[in-house]
Amino acid sequence: MSYLDNILFAILLVIGFGYFFNNIKKIHRNINLGIAVDRKDNPGLRWKNMAMIALGQSKMVKRPVAGVLHIIVYLGFIIINIELLEIIIDGLFGTHRVFSFLGSAYDVLIGSFEILALLVLIAVSVFWIRRNLIRLKRFINPDLQGFPKSDANYILYFEMVLMTLFLLMNASDLHLQNVPGGFSHFVKAGSFPVSQFIAPLFNGMSNESVMLFSELFWWLHIVGIFVFMNYLYFSKHLHILLAFPNTYFANLNPLGQFDNLEAVTKEVKTMMDPNADPFAAAPASEGEVPAKFGASDVQDLNWVQLLNAYTCTECGRCTSSCPANLTGKKLSPRKIMMDTRDRLEEVGKNIDANKGVFIPDNKTLLNDYITPEELWACTSCNACVEECPVNISPLSIIMDMRRYLVMEQSAAPMPLNAMMTNIENNGAPWQYSQQDRLNWKNEN
Amino acid sequence: MSENLIVPTMAEMLAQGKQPEVLFWVGCAGSFDDRAKKITKAFVRILNRSNVSFAVLGAEESCTGDPAKRAGNEFLFQMQAMMNIEVLNAYEAKKIVTACPHCFNTLKNEYPELGGKYEVIHHTEFLKSLLDDGRLTIEGGQFKGKRITFHDPCYLGRANNVYEAPRDLILKLDAELLEMKRSKANGLCCGAGGAQMFKDAEPGNKEVNVLRTEDALETKPEIIAAACPFCNTMMTDGIKNKEKEQEVKVMDIAELIANAQDL
Repeated sequence: MSYLDNILFAILLVIGFGYFFNNIKKIHRNINLGIAVDRKDNPGLRWKNMAMIALGQSKMVKRPVAGVLHIIVYLGFIIINIELLEIIIDGLFGTHRVFSFLGSAYDVLIGSFEILALLVLIAVSVFWIRRNLIRLKRFINPDLQGFPKSDANYILYFEMVLMTLFLLMNASDLHLQNVPGGFSHFVKAGSFPVSQFIAPLFNGMSNESVMLFSELFWWLHIVGIFVFMNYLYFSKHLHILLAFPNTYFANLNPLGQFDNLEAVTKEVKTMMDPNADPFAAAPASEGEVPAKFGASDVQDLNWVQLLNAYTCTECGRCTSSCPANLTGKKLSPRKIMMDTRDRLEEVGKNIDANKGVFIPDNKTLLNDYITPEELWACTSCNACVEECPVNISPLSIIMDMRRYLVMEQSAAPMPLNAMMTNIENNGAPWQYSQQDRLNWKNEN
Repeated sequence: MSENLIVPTMAEMLAQGKQPEVLFWVGCAGSFDDRAKKITKAFVRILNRSNVSFAVLGAEESCTGDPAKRAGNEFLFQMQAMMNIEVLNAYEAKKIVTACPHCFNTLKNEYPELGGKYEVIHHTEFLKSLLDDGRLTIEGGQFKGKRITFHDPCYLGRANNVYEAPRDLILKLDAELLEMKRSKANGLCCGAGGAQMFKDAEPGNKEVNVLRTEDALETKPEIIAAACPFCNTMMTDGIKNKEKEQEVKVMDIAELIANAQDL
């Protein structure tokens, strides 16, 4: 390689990673638009959850077919990325297969990359078939109309092309390694359990043209990886990175435990304090904005909920287990997550366009994205939370938005208002007197 | 027939200078709903038979605030919670048992932060412990070989990971325990949770309780066992919807145990 190649590669590397980190910074900024919530407790259990659920894929295999296929693609992704290190060093310094000095260990490495690449190709093809030919219900659900459906397929195509290029790269390399007497810098290195069957494709071509092909595949492969890496931000595929922090920061309490709003606790305590002055003005600290009850927009959600939204890969296991969705209601927990992300992105772009300040756009997550009808269909059964392979909680967002509807807008469905009035007046959701609570004892 | 149920209140206990072993939180459904009152009584019969020292709050009990909280009314919930906590703390309650998973979840998980710290157990766990300690024995084979399927209440199962106690009890009856295709952590809601019990369902193509009843009927059960008064109502309505009242009964675990003992 001439120096021109190396310089070109270095520029590509800087642009690829630079643009990527720029977008990561945006994600970080947007997540921090959320309100504070403490998730620093119990680091031991948090690390364990991350190790089991994100690294160990323990929740994926609850659905064995998708689970096993996913583990193949996941392992392929992680292990084949070791090869990326060699590619980057080769690209920067003009070396060729710089790790080949490892000898037999190198053979094992390249050999396993090849086998994994083939397995990934197969797994990804099955994924494509499940989405486009078998058309599993959770993949043809209306949530995914438009870009999300194409997005899912683009990701699969990316993976197919990258794996194919990797194998073609090796096949052409192997062909040149086997030229009697050697050819150029193509030293004998690596084992090629898969691409040895592709190599005969190059028989009959001149060594020079095979070398040209080999370089073309090498470049296309690495450029493809950079493009894919930068596509992440625009796709549902961010889970490959965010699944780790997401499982780390996920809620550790029993699923049935909903948080008690602190702002409400303060007010209720004042109301119940016999020594409190009923006519006193609320003790407002200087410059403190009174807390809003519940959430009507993304800034009212906490940062973990916003991280959840970026992490969601739209697999739809939540929606496929949601009792409301299974019975034809509009609620889809997956759509709650997708809407939250879409709105968060919109707010982020607004901030970018207005020099770092959010200018109200007369839109909110509530109503413009998520309708009250969806929110009221939830049974709070936690099926969605249980199902999520990366511990996302659509339920917590639904609950926060219900709180806004009820406490800020008094917009509960009428029968619920009646239920709440009963609790207020007689301590039961029905119209029975509290004095009669023990009557059952003497009834037959 | 007048039953001799012994149901002391905490106030009566206090007047005698006694502290019961456990406080029985009856809950609104258990106090007022006709179907649920039968469950309450069945549970009390077992407590009486096992000589468990217990007491209820009676007219001093009030809604835990669970349906208000799930509906989004945090104010009302915390008002209820703090009033109940005042009463419970005044009686120095330590251990609470309840037959309602919603009360169970709220008392166990959401009260501590507001100052109400108790050991809270569901009645299926309590019955299991009575059996394990030999304070309760199940004899007679009334349910021997009966096909019984258990519907996991969301707020007992997924919400609090109690899956085995109710199943252990069914197995103690020598019954044949049938699992639905969706059970335990994958169980399907009956449709009552999240305050849905108190409102109409949103437009859809089916009622959740009917879907869940279909799950249950697939196991060809003679009895659908429930462990929650609301699930009980939903499944009973589902069975009516399917016109299977003659073949399939919906019963609470406490009723199964009480019946097995001819109580």
